[in-house]
Amino acid sequence: MSLLSVAGVTKRFGGVVANREVSFDVAPGELVGVIGPNGAGKSTLFDLVTGFQRPDAGRVSLDGRDVTGLRPDRISHLGVARTFQKLKPFAGMTVLENVMVGAFHATADVAAARATAREVLEAVGLGDRAEMHARGLSTGQRKRLELARALATRPRLLLLDEVTGGVDQASVPGLIRLVRDLHATGLALLVIEHNMRVIMEISQRVVALQLGQVIADGPPAEIVRDRRVIDAYLGETWKA
Amino acid sequence: MAPAGTLRPVLTRGLLLAGLLAALAFPAVFTLPFPRHVMIMIFLYGALATAWNIIAGYCGQISLGQAVFFGIGAYTSSLLFRDAGMTPWAGMIAGVALAVGVSQVVGYPVFRLRGHYFAIATIAVGEIVQALVVDWDAIGGARGVFVPIRRPDSLVNFQFHQSKAFYYYIALGLLLLALAVTRRIERSRAGYYFRAIREDQDAAAALGVNVRREKLRALAVSAALTAMGGTFYAQYILFIDPESVFPLSLSILICLVAVLGGVGTLWGPVLGAAVLVPLQEGTRVMLGGTGKALDLLIYGALIIAISVFQPGGLMALLARARTAGSAR
Repeated sequence: MSLLSVAGVTKRFGGVVANREVSFDVAPGELVGVIGPNGAGKSTLFDLVTGFQRPDAGRVSLDGRDVTGLRPDRISHLGVARTFQKLKPFAGMTVLENVMVGAFHATADVAAARATAREVLEAVGLGDRAEMHARGLSTGQRKRLELARALATRPRLLLLDEVTGGVDQASVPGLIRLVRDLHATGLALLVIEHNMRVIMEISQRVVALQLGQVIADGPPAEIVRDRRVIDAYLGETWKA
Repeated sequence: MAPAGTLRPVLTRGLLLAGLLAALAFPAVFTLPFPRHVMIMIFLYGALATAWNIIAGYCGQISLGQAVFFGIGAYTSSLLFRDAGMTPWAGMIAGVALAVGVSQVVGYPVFRLRGHYFAIATIAVGEIVQALVVDWDAIGGARGVFVPIRRPDSLVNFQFHQSKAFYYYIALGLLLLALAVTRRIERSRAGYYFRAIREDQDAAAALGVNVRREKLRALAVSAALTAMGGTFYAQYILFIDPESVFPLSLSILICLVAVLGGVGTLWGPVLGAAVLVPLQEGTRVMLGGTGKALDLLIYGALIIAISVFQPGGLMALLARARTAGSAR
């Protein structure tokens, strides 16, 4: 059975249809990329899956259970974590404290949460920044922090909204390696990414959106040859 | 650097102990009513600002309706004492229960609002409640409530006409309670959740924090401590009316005390009270009725200075002085 199933989901904002009858699945442990031009409805889709927006029609289910319209914290407790395109660090708290908030998912014990947080910070390569205030981090480090916070909730499905966006080129390979390592541990990921090299390299499957609709869904090799995807998003240079 | 790191907690603890001993010994040294009164007001405002700090400083929800809880505490215990002969201590508990109940009923819808809109809504709630009490004849309306005088002095009746020492220690106890509650929150999951909500409530929700529930919890604790302050005030002054226990100016003053001292820090509100209360009482004594607005003028200037030069309040100023000192 699918871990995540999105079925016929539609979301309107006034006259704009941000998502129109979007359907796709994510299997346990699968890494699915989401591509599409700006305004295609990628972030709205994330908001619908994680409870930040309620769809006007359609259904979101986890393990076959209908979770449509549940609050974000409820979705989180069902094993779905996310990052935000516009990073949202708890700026006035230390890096360690940021991650502890996620670690409190499984325990109310402060020492236990601190231990989990330290572990996760080591895993994402921020171990030496634990005592810094979050506002002192670079963008690349903030991405890692956001990732660490989400991972501290021990999710089964992780939604990443732009892994490499806004990050200097030198930090990109490290972030990609991190995502791959996470995937290797059996975590399912849904990843929005504009860097096509990255998305083709890491995804097992790619879902392409345009104007709120799914225009293609398949393995990366097929997606880059899909006529509609090329016209809508990739441009001629990608035609192999 | 190593000795400083190991010494500092010891020094801090010693300083706290000395401060506590000095506070306990104060009434023995200062036997006149006025200095004791000033200290009582510092403790009371310190406790009220500490309570505000829980919902606003830690959880980031700027409540400008704290007077509602203060007034509920004052009225509940006073009316139960006057009309049912109930000891104000039991009345205090009843006031706390009522204030917490009101905080949850009002908080549930109001917490849908964020930022400035939340603050504005709390002002509106405070004004509505004050207007209701003014028009509510059964509980004294605009004339207020005289707490019946009982002699001789007794702890049961929460009245001490001979000496302010008892009020002094009760107020100190209230402040210590508020500080202990804050400390406990700081060191628990709730404290982390509160601060996370203050910093970014969407990110907190995405990490599994039930934002509405946590805000209601913070408000409940804040309301409970504030209501206790209201009962204390009623028993200390022995007269309450809507103008003295439900005014917007009280809600704002509570906020100013905490902002001056340092929002979101344990000791900030106490520090703020220690500066503002003597200022208030001093101008009142020196200038009498004609100086009524002078303390407010000085507050205004202080608040502008704080927000322009040191938004972290006096606590941030102290922290800067300390780092500058250790850097040398």
